[in-house]
Amino acid sequence: MADFEVPSIKEDIIVPHINPGVMEQSGPFVAKPDHQEALGFPGELVDNWQEAAVAKMGDMLKKYRSLKVFMDSCVKCGACTDKCHYFIGTADPKNMPVGRQDLFRKVYRRYFTLAGKFFPKLVGASDFTEEVLDDWYNYFHQCSECRRCSVYCPYGIDTAEITMAAREIMASIGKGMKYSNEIIGKVYKIGNNLGLPEPALADTLEGLEEEVEDDTGVAVKYPLDQKGAEILLVTPSADFFAEPHVDGLIGYGKVFHEAGVSWTLSSKASEAANFGLFIGSYENMRRISLRIREAAIDLGVKRLIFGECGHAWRVAYSFLNTLAGPFDFLDQRYPIPQHILEFTLGELEKGSLNIDKSLNDDMTLTFHDSCNVARASRIGSAPGSQFETPRAVIKAVCNNFVDMRADTIKEGTFCCGGGGGLLTDDLMEVRVKGALPRMTALKDVVENEGVTHMAAICAICKSQFSKVLPYYGFGMDQIVSVHQLVSNALILKGSEQESEQAEAEA
Amino acid sequence: MSILTGFFAVLYSLAGIVLFGGLAYRTWVFFKTPAPLKIPTTPAPTTRSGVAFRLVREVTIFESLFKSNKWLWLFGWMFHFGLFLVLLRHLRYVTEPVWGWVVLIQPFGKYASILMVVGLVGLLARRFLVDRVKYISAPSDILMLLLLIGIGLSGMLMTFVSTPDIVQLKRFLLGVMFFSWEEFPASIILVVHMLLVAVLMLIFPFSKLLHSTGVFFSPTRNQVDNPREKRHIVGWALKLESGDKR
Repeated sequence: MADFEVPSIKEDIIVPHINPGVMEQSGPFVAKPDHQEALGFPGELVDNWQEAAVAKMGDMLKKYRSLKVFMDSCVKCGACTDKCHYFIGTADPKNMPVGRQDLFRKVYRRYFTLAGKFFPKLVGASDFTEEVLDDWYNYFHQCSECRRCSVYCPYGIDTAEITMAAREIMASIGKGMKYSNEIIGKVYKIGNNLGLPEPALADTLEGLEEEVEDDTGVAVKYPLDQKGAEILLVTPSADFFAEPHVDGLIGYGKVFHEAGVSWTLSSKASEAANFGLFIGSYENMRRISLRIREAAIDLGVKRLIFGECGHAWRVAYSFLNTLAGPFDFLDQRYPIPQHILEFTLGELEKGSLNIDKSLNDDMTLTFHDSCNVARASRIGSAPGSQFETPRAVIKAVCNNFVDMRADTIKEGTFCCGGGGGLLTDDLMEVRVKGALPRMTALKDVVENEGVTHMAAICAICKSQFSKVLPYYGFGMDQIVSVHQLVSNALILKGSEQESEQAEAEA
Repeated sequence: MSILTGFFAVLYSLAGIVLFGGLAYRTWVFFKTPAPLKIPTTPAPTTRSGVAFRLVREVTIFESLFKSNKWLWLFGWMFHFGLFLVLLRHLRYVTEPVWGWVVLIQPFGKYASILMVVGLVGLLARRFLVDRVKYISAPSDILMLLLLIGIGLSGMLMTFVSTPDIVQLKRFLLGVMFFSWEEFPASIILVVHMLLVAVLMLIFPFSKLLHSTGVFFSPTRNQVDNPREKRHIVGWALKLESGDKR
């Protein structure tokens, strides 16, 4: 199945002894000139790349307080060393958060600190050599920017910030990553990561309407570019056809239908994902975000809701107001933007949804907290609502729910292994190995609590798990969308299921 | 006036300027560097007072470190808390008259030195015994711990074994502070202690010891989690907005 050794799941999540260099050859394909230029980066490695990289680093140190403070504050205490899923899965010490940061820090110290200029050996500073650049390219693409390390660092140092800065510097000297940059190009050209043009999208949505109508007898609409709708739904494009994502999209539509609100998707903003985050490019992240603002204005909507997607929710929740705000033209009585789970939980609490929990009785669920949701957002008004809201929705529609081990969920959640722009086949080894801690925690509840399925609210998590679960002896269909569970248990007004329910009760 | 007095007077004038001037400058750089995006590590406080409380927890009980590793937390906290009490105790050498509470804490400050040195030895041991920590340790990381241990041990020798002329030392220090030099009390152990402390003061603003002020400027810890409620935008980002946004 794989041309590398798949780690075996042990009784517990084991912190390995370090094995230097084991992953030093593992890197993704480099972006081609077209991919680079579409984003405003040079096509290939520029001749004076070292000089250009150092200059870019100097520029970023002036623009990002995070980078400056994180470079200067690390005391090498080791608190983060056992916290990264890629270190746990690979044992390569450059996958320890501080090990990864030090690839950046040693260059920073050499060119920007007195100690590093005069005593490089003493403080571990190094010239920006070709070997260092190779290490940068490979190891900064073995980080999913999940922020788990930042929870445990006494100074809150977030390796994701450093990874993003390193990727931005590499892209700016002509060494970008193919996967993310090619995808961003598609967003600019077509409107979404998958390159689905408007007709294909319309066709897909029509297919969904037919499917739901066949299933229930109710004409639930999945509208596209409908001017004057109340709500614009922005969702990851994987929701349009990938499994189990699409079952989630079916669920959103059913919830909107039952709530009696008008809503629409947009072909212009047919993508919630924002890979500008992954490559650390403020400009690209902003340009991608502005599409959503423009779509909202063009369609004349009053509310903005995001579908199930982890990093997209981070960008939406934390950055959208900054990048594309202010949203003074939307209805201020609702959160801007709002998460689909906030909407659904609201409807559940209002009692507008007819739920038959027993329809999910064939499953025992657990929930995978997606890293960007867990450590960079809220889903609700209170801190920690990003953990409680999804669980509340799952428990409202399922009878059987069990959490995984406490140190592997909520703020301590382990990344699926495919986040941060790593969801590409050329990084399969990193992805599989990085999933080890999550797989270990999952196996524990599967064996001891009878868990059959794991729910998630992130398109990347869902795709990654569908691919990686089989490597560890699970089925690819054991990952489900939260709104798929809602969809299963939701009995539509006027549906065949409603009449059956009435008969059964009579 | 002896050569020793002249040497230490000049050294401490310089070290004081470097420490306070350097630290102020480096901290000012942290302060003026913009943070363009809201990146608090969540769950995070939604109010300014909540953030202040989070920072207080970080610098008093090392909350995040506690979540990470109990041994590391124990050694780190012992060292820092010990050092804190020791520093407070040392205020009596640079204040006249000595404040009442400084007098009160003298005994605690004395024994806190033990806490401090034990913590430091634990931290040093980790650098050799834990393979992950050994891998990330540069020579400067180990030297820094040895320097602090040297300061602690030399100080303890004077506290518990052979007390130098402390009254004269105080005269000397006040003299350096107020530009009227007094004799430095010659004692080998005091010379060693004072030399090591001067080295620490001189390297402080150029080293990882910047974490002392950096922690207050870490955006993942000091930002309020309210991006939906309040638009956050910095100067350079605002400049990008000229003309392209509807």
